[in-house]
Amino acid sequence: MEWLETFWATYSTLVLSIGTNVLLALSIYLTLACGLLTVANAAFMGIGAYTAALLSLHSGLPFYLSLMLGALLPAAVALLLGPPTLRLSGVYLAMATLAFGEIVRIFLLNAENLTGGALGLNGIPQHSQWFDVLVLVVAAIYLLLRCAGSRIGRTMVAICQDEVATELMGLNVRAYKLFAFVLGAGLAGLAGGLNAHFTFFISPNEYGFDRGVEILAMGVLGGTGSPWGAVIGGVLITLLPELLRGLGNYRPLINGVILIVIILYSPKGIWDLTRYLRRGGAAS
Amino acid sequence: MLTLSSIAKNFGGLQVLQDVSLAIPERGIFGLIGPNGAGKTTVFNLISGLLAPSAGVIEFHGQALTGLAPHRITRLGIARTFQNIRIFKEMSLLENVLVAIGRQGNSGAVSFLLPSAKLRATQRSERAAAKELLARVGLADKAELLAGKLSYGEQRRLEIARALATAPKLLLLDEPAAGMNGAEKQQLMEEIVKLEASGLALLIIEHDMRFVMGLCHEIAVLNFGQLIAQGAPAAIRADRQVIEAYLGDDGDGEKSRS
Ligand SMILES: Nc1ncnc2c1ncn2[C@@H]1O[C@H](COP(=O)(O)OP(=O)(O)OP(=O)(O)O)[C@@H](O)[C@H]1O
Ligand SMILES: [Mg+2]
Repeated sequence: MEWLETFWATYSTLVLSIGTNVLLALSIYLTLACGLLTVANAAFMGIGAYTAALLSLHSGLPFYLSLMLGALLPAAVALLLGPPTLRLSGVYLAMATLAFGEIVRIFLLNAENLTGGALGLNGIPQHSQWFDVLVLVVAAIYLLLRCAGSRIGRTMVAICQDEVATELMGLNVRAYKLFAFVLGAGLAGLAGGLNAHFTFFISPNEYGFDRGVEILAMGVLGGTGSPWGAVIGGVLITLLPELLRGLGNYRPLINGVILIVIILYSPKGIWDLTRYLRRGGAAS
Repeated sequence: MLTLSSIAKNFGGLQVLQDVSLAIPERGIFGLIGPNGAGKTTVFNLISGLLAPSAGVIEFHGQALTGLAPHRITRLGIARTFQNIRIFKEMSLLENVLVAIGRQGNSGAVSFLLPSAKLRATQRSERAAAKELLARVGLADKAELLAGKLSYGEQRRLEIARALATAPKLLLLDEPAAGMNGAEKQQLMEEIVKLEASGLALLIIEHDMRFVMGLCHEIAVLNFGQLIAQGAPAAIRADRQVIEAYLGDDGDGEKSRS
């Protein structure tokens, strides 16, 4: 078992990051599957991270309760933000959610008494164990797989293909979009809380535009055909920088190149590609 | 069952409909005809809630539809198809119909979370119902095919099956025969007659005069956003105003379709 300890000492952060990134990828999968281009998930992650971390630092609440509140607050925010913004689509929706992300970041930066401002929060107890992450990731995958296999998932695919036709089939399109948005915000908040409890330190800039794009990249890379696509995307985007260590500062560049290649040659992501290969490449 | 009272619709300065009043009865096949751009599709969009009238009231079984979201109007029992076909191209035929059927079996909001015998039974019965609807429009053998691979006429029939899946009392068909060949049109007419016999009311927009005259019990004619005639097919065919506006250029309406 000695090798395991050595392995864990070196790679624990990486393994835990895979877990939280899979949660983030699942969170963006939900909205992408409805055809919604939202980029607020980094902000929801930030709200979750700060909520859970502050509760751990200043209240005697048990860790799991802090985590759950860290998921509930961003979900509640999404419930308020959703109705006005989800009327928008395409670039306008992306811009509105982007602006919301900036508001959250700047709030975290300026509410110094609460958040520590630019200095961030230090000394967050390292409560997140590998089994916490594992249990929550498995639970999230299970939840979304059940969703995808039910009429909720079918309706989301329909909305993505033709919103008007779906609405005229008697389905409340706005309610489905809001559901995806709110559940996605909750998952992102959960990822934030878990992440904060193994990184020891968090600061507002971790939840800015860069993170938003990274989350989007996971969703697009993996594909929105199935929650498994998101899982693949989350794992790959976490591992890529490690695998490409030799490239030094050029690593982010490879991320970008891979994304461009995927979008050009398999616009529905890697998941769709694997489905194609599994069918022997014959059927489409 | 459905009444439009003094409906007007403007798009900016463009008056598309003026003072349109119609009463669609509980049973029977009602036709809405008129030259291109007369405002026929706009009438459908107003009924189904995609557009709000600039003036006037639309009522269904005495209930005003104004302000209701389109999905609510569908749930009241009004379903439609689209002139520019809007099927879910990347889903199978069966899934297309299942999307619309899902609303019926309300098996509880969170019942999907755990696999259960009841859930499987619901899913099985939904699939059976969807297959039956596909059979009704003659597409049963293609249930697993991707909808985008269907021919034009088949896509129109899939749209009808999907609309039927919402369990409508009134079915609005926007140019159901467009793009169909003679045999397909004949088959579609038979299907529509069967639908009417099953207790459904139909409101049909169509340019093909043989189709309209052969099917409809009553016909209303729109021209430049105004109703210029309404009555039985024989009376419409003989109406001077209608002949001048529309029927005079016999078959021309069809030629200019895309
Ligand atoms: N959303 C809209 N915005 C602006 N103008 C519109 C809109 N919808 C329809 N129109 C205009 O209203 C008029 C009537 O259109 P409509 O589609 O109802 O005609 P139609 O009778 O269905 O014609 P067709 O036989 O060609 O289908 C047209 O001049 C059209 O350009
Ligand atoms: Mg039209």
